[in-house]
Formats: sequence, structure tokens, C-alpha cells
Amino acid sequence: MAFVSLDKVRLVYGAASSGTLAVQDASLSMERGEFVAVVGPSGCGKSTILKMVSGLLSPSAGLVAVEGQRVTQPRKDCGIAFQNPTLLPWRTTLDNILLSVEIAEEHSKSYRRDPKPYLDKAHELLATVGLTGFENKFPWQLSGGMQQRASLCRALIHQPQLLLLDEPFAALDAFTREDLWQVLQNLYLTRKFTVILVTHDLREAAFLADTVYIMSKRPGRIVSSKRVEIQRPRRLDDCFKPEFTDMVHDLRARIAKELEAA
Amino acid sequence: MSAPPPNDPNIGAPAVPDSLGTKTLEKAMPWAVILGMFVLWELICLVFNVPVFILPRPSVVTETLIRLWTPIMRHTTYTLWTTLIGFALAIVFGVALGVAVGAWRMVYNGLYPVLIGFNSVPKVALVPVLVIWFGFGPIPAVLTAFSISFFPIVVNVATGIATMEPELQDVLRSLGAKKHQILLKVGIPRSLPYFFASLKVAITLAFVGSVIAETVTGNRGVGYLMVDASSRFDAPLVFAGLIVLSFMGVGLYLVFAEIERRTTGWAHRGQEGNG
Ligand SMILES: Nc1ncnc2c1ncn2[C@@H]1O[C@H](COP(=O)(O)OP(=O)(O)O)[C@@H](O)[C@H]1O
Ligand SMILES: [Mg+2]
Repeated sequence: MAFVSLDKVRLVYGAASSGTLAVQDASLSMERGEFVAVVGPSGCGKSTILKMVSGLLSPSAGLVAVEGQRVTQPRKDCGIAFQNPTLLPWRTTLDNILLSVEIAEEHSKSYRRDPKPYLDKAHELLATVGLTGFENKFPWQLSGGMQQRASLCRALIHQPQLLLLDEPFAALDAFTREDLWQVLQNLYLTRKFTVILVTHDLREAAFLADTVYIMSKRPGRIVSSKRVEIQRPRRLDDCFKPEFTDMVHDLRARIAKELEAA
Repeated sequence: MSAPPPNDPNIGAPAVPDSLGTKTLEKAMPWAVILGMFVLWELICLVFNVPVFILPRPSVVTETLIRLWTPIMRHTTYTLWTTLIGFALAIVFGVALGVAVGAWRMVYNGLYPVLIGFNSVPKVALVPVLVIWFGFGPIPAVLTAFSISFFPIVVNVATGIATMEPELQDVLRSLGAKKHQILLKVGIPRSLPYFFASLKVAITLAFVGSVIAETVTGNRGVGYLMVDASSRFDAPLVFAGLIVLSFMGVGLYLVFAEIERRTTGWAHRGQEGNG
């Protein structure tokens, strides 16, 4: 059974008759533990799809299901990170990460009773993303890449099954971005969650994902998908191999075709 | 990060070589200008022989200030109290309303037009009404101070809450956060810099409000003192009142500017850190 499935999903922002039709007839299905990337032209409804999977938005028609159950309200076993790291400037890195367990109902009580296990978990996560030593720094003392690392930790501290990433690395410089690809891959390989990554960077999609879904212009549909067969752990050198560049070219060609159509 | 906060007066100053002399000079400049103005005022009055009942010289005003120090201070304390009580009321109601308006769309839709309408009434026009209701005691002054100073608090607190990043709200909602949790953990803390920034403005307005009310209704307070002195053509006392008022106004402003600086340093550094 698919872990996440979208079946002929449609979403209209605003009134049904006069609103913006953002997503139309979008279908996809992914397995538990799969790493999926969604690419498409800007404004095609990628973020909208993420919001529907997380339960922040309900589809106007069609079915969104996780673990075989229709999603009707925000799912608490999701971690979300956006392009904007949105750390709270009055909290330290550590406290920013712990915000998730202060709020999530399954954790807040046990966290209040005994914060120690959560602190350990936070320190462990920080070490994995390379932020050891910055626990007590404030966001304005961190670089953009470091803030994004902290934002990833905040999305993972409550051990979600599903990680939803909306262009998380789009605002970073090329070197930092490639660094974070590897950080994310490591987290993925050690923690075995399921990921949906929305991006407009085709190399990023090809480097990280098992399956890349391509969307059409608005109203967004899933028009095709492509398996990425490169062995994990993938290394940055792989990006220069001919199979990889061919794949990126193929993805680019498919999106170009979508942009020409209609 | 040793950069000074943005409201540091040195920030806009041209880069001069860091010698001790120029630093001291920069600090001394405001005082030198003030002193220079008083000297100029004194000289102009002397040279053109301006009559005392039109524009008294600073030395005459100072002499009046010293001679009548006790009664002037009694009126000053009174004005200070009405201002502070009105201001405290403005904080209580302003924060409550600001949180409500910022957090709930319905409250915003319902109240905003009313608030705008209320704010566009010149507050002096309220004073006669307040006198009818409350007589000539301190209450009209307190209420005028309140009504004039609470609007900026409402607007700032509401802005601080309503401008929360939508992505952050999504992150919190996906964790199952309730409205009150979002408000307590994020909305209210992030509105604090806005709140403290509004206090500087609000205290100055409260002060304006209570003095205006005193000039119309009072039998006490600096406003009343000045109107009374003016009706007796006692220009030196009028100017003494004016000077006391400006010191008080600047003093109150500085107190709240300092409170703002101490409480919400993270906000200023945050803006600098992210460019
Ligand atoms: N809250 C909203 N209200 C109205 N229209 C929206 C809203 N959010 C997004 N849209 C519209 O829906 C379309 C898809 O948006 P989005 O999912 O954010 O695109 P993407 O993430 O692919 O760039 C866009 O045309 C956008 O203008
Ligand atoms: Mg988007």
C-alpha cells in the first residue's frame, strides 16, 4: 500500500467559481521510505501540494491519503522546512529546535517532565548537521546555511515519519547548498523517514531523490516521473558523471516541453 | 558582532578619525547647541530690549523657576501622575485590544473601522464631554491622556502579531499547535519590540493629552499653571512652565527609549544580522 497518495486532486484558492485553480487532477503515490522530488515551473502548485499532504490545506476535490487514511487536518507526524528558516530570533539554536517538542502534543508532556532525552536528541541532531558548538548562539549569529541546518533539526526533533521540504536550499549559495544536500542525504540514510522535496533545482532533485515528479504549468498536474537509479550514498562527484548530466538534461527538456505547451 | 544598535546616535555620523577629541566633541554637541540657543535668546532680548511680558529672558525665567520652585513642582508632580495613570490604562487596554485585533481576523474586521474613526477625533474635543461627566478633578486629564495614547499601542501590538511569517505558522500548525500556543510562543514575544517602540510615542502623547486637558479643565497641573499665569500676563511663569514641560517630555521619552533598548536588544541585532 502506498504511504502517501494523491488521487485526482484539485485545489482552488478562494471561491470555487472565481478563485485561482492552483492544482488540477494531480495524482502520485509514494512508498514509505521513498525520497520524492517535485519539480515544475514557478507558480505551478508545488507548495500547494505539500500543504495538502501535510493537511494544512484540504483539497477541493480528489483524495489525499497518508498511510491509507484520508488527510483531513494537520498531520502531527510531519516535519516541515521552508526556504525561509523562520527561526525565532529571541531563542537560541537549541531552544529553537526544542520548540517542536514544546508544541507537539505527543511530546510536550514528557518533555516538561524530563527534558533530558530531548536535549540529547537535539545535541545528536545538531552534531549530524554540523552545528555542534552553536547550541547557545542566536539565529542572528548564524549564517544562512547554518540557520537552514537548524531549521532542518527543528523539523526532525519530534521524529516525524514524513519530512516535507519546500525549496529549503533555494536561498543559499552553491557551495552551502551542495553541503546541505549531503547533510540531508545523511539524515535520510540514518533515520529512514519519507521525504517530499519541492525544488526548482533539477540537479538537486536528481542528486537527492529516488523519484522525480514533473508538474505542468498552473493549473498543476503531475505530467511525468523519472526514477533515479544512482546508488546511495551518492557523492558530489556523481553529479559530473554522464548518466547524471543526461538525466538532468532529460528533466530540463520535459519541463521545457511543459512550458511550451498551451 | 560588536556593531552598535541602529538607534545609536553615532550611526549616521560621518566617519572621522577616532581621536578622543572628536568623540568628546560629538557628545558635547547637543548640549552646546542648547546652551547656545539660550545665550542667543538672552542676547536678542537684551539687544532689542524686548519687554519681559512678551518674551522674558532665560535668566528671568530661571529666576522665576527658582523662586516658585515648590508650587511649580507641586503642579509638575500632579501632571506627571495624571499622565502616568492615563498611560498605564492605555497600556492595559492597548495591549489587550492589540492582541485581540492582531490575532483574530473577526475582531480586526469588526473593530478596525471604529478604532480609526475614534482615533481621527481630535482629543481636545473630548475634554468638554469629559468635564460634563467627571467634573473638574483629575479624571478628565487621565482619560484624555489615555484616549490619545492608546491607539499607537494597539496598532503596534496588532502589527507585531499579524505580521508573523506564514511559513512559521504552517510549521507550528503542522505540529498541532493551538491558536493560543502560537500566540504565546510566537505572536506575543515577536510583538514585544513593536510594543516597546510604541511606548516612547505613547508616553509623549499621554503627556500632551494630560496637559491639554489641564489647560481646559484644570485647577491643578502645569497646563493649568500656565493658563493661569498667562491670564495674569505673568510671562516669566508661562515660560517657566514651558521649560518644565519640555524637560519632563524629554525625560519620559528617554526613560522609555532606554527600556526599549534594554528589553528587546535581540530585535535590533536580528535586523542587522540578516541585513
Ligand atoms: N493563499 C493563496 N491564495 C490565492 N492564490 C494562491 C495562494 N497560494 C498560492 N496561490 C496561487 O496558486 C498557484 C500555485 O501556488 P504555489 O503552490 O505556491 O506554487 P509554487 O510553489 O509551485 O511556486 C500560484 O499561481 C499562486 O499564485
Ligand atoms: Mg512555492
